[in-house]
Amino acid sequence: MYQTDMYEGIIAETVMISGAGGDLINAYYARPLGPGPFPGMVLIHHMPGWDEWYREATYKFAHHGYSTISPNLYYRAGHGTPEDVAAMVRADKGVADDQVVGDVAGAMNFLRTQPYSNGKVGVFGTCSGGRHAVLSASRIKGFDALIDCWGGRVVMSPEELTPKQPVAPIDYTKDLSCPILGLFGEEDRSPTKEQVALHEQELKKYGKNYEFHMYPNAGHGFFYYHVGAYRQEQAVDGWKKVWAFLDTYLATPAKTAAAA
Amino acid sequence: MCTMIVQQVQIDGSGKGTSGWFPVDRANVSYDHPYHFPLEHALNIDFVNAAQGPGARVAVELSVDAARALVNTILAVLAEADAGGHLIQ
Repeated sequence: MYQTDMYEGIIAETVMISGAGGDLINAYYARPLGPGPFPGMVLIHHMPGWDEWYREATYKFAHHGYSTISPNLYYRAGHGTPEDVAAMVRADKGVADDQVVGDVAGAMNFLRTQPYSNGKVGVFGTCSGGRHAVLSASRIKGFDALIDCWGGRVVMSPEELTPKQPVAPIDYTKDLSCPILGLFGEEDRSPTKEQVALHEQELKKYGKNYEFHMYPNAGHGFFYYHVGAYRQEQAVDGWKKVWAFLDTYLATPAKTAAAA
Repeated sequence: MCTMIVQQVQIDGSGKGTSGWFPVDRANVSYDHPYHFPLEHALNIDFVNAAQGPGARVAVELSVDAARALVNTILAVLAEADAGGHLIQ
């Protein structure tokens, strides 16, 4: 925990990384200053785009000691304000799952190749990013922790499958290779409580390490302080659960040994 | 993309964006998360010119009731114009 006499420094900037198919895409990258070792986090932005909330979240994770990168999944759609670019992607029914998984894998590899990496990397996402986080941690080997915040369409009916989203993320559950923390709101309509229960049932079926929390009086996006969906009490508790979960699964071995 | 409900329609017209008027050739109609309107989902219409890039966009976000009222009003105005012999095909 931070003490007022501690040195603190963070560097944050836009970088280019190799994404799906070797495409260069941009990403926002923030990390603590110093030699490390630091655990890594990949943040997958939500449907409204690679926006200010995600830049701030990237910085927030760095503030908590994580080398953190948020790839711009909409890079190929062109450039403008995050809203305008996201609206263009929305009109095109989103980005393809295969492309997202490739971009996230590129972000993970970027973190792992840094000299100050502690060798552990987690993935976090909200809304469509939560879905993409579940998908990525199931299809990519190498993640050590997964945080799904109210990811919709993890559970999909056959009618909802599309060429861009040909497989429901829940159908990859058996391949998930890391612990998962899920944060949801009871009033959310995507995912519904029933869909979250189905996901939990599937995780249990395959003996996965999971921790799900369903908050009352909260709906979709209760971390987003800039919109009416914000729920202060639930958001503060949710962030506490995020830091505790990551400290458990991404701490450096030396730190773990020292704490034992 | 939480609902993925979106359709595109080719249109002819002009829209006024942040940089002034420009020709619009497509409307993207979705029922999904709005950016500004304080609802979880809204009926969103983006009037765009795809060739001019993401910024060539005039956006509106409507409640379901407002969207239905708008559709009915547009049809009523066109019917009145048609009845008055004003529509030139």
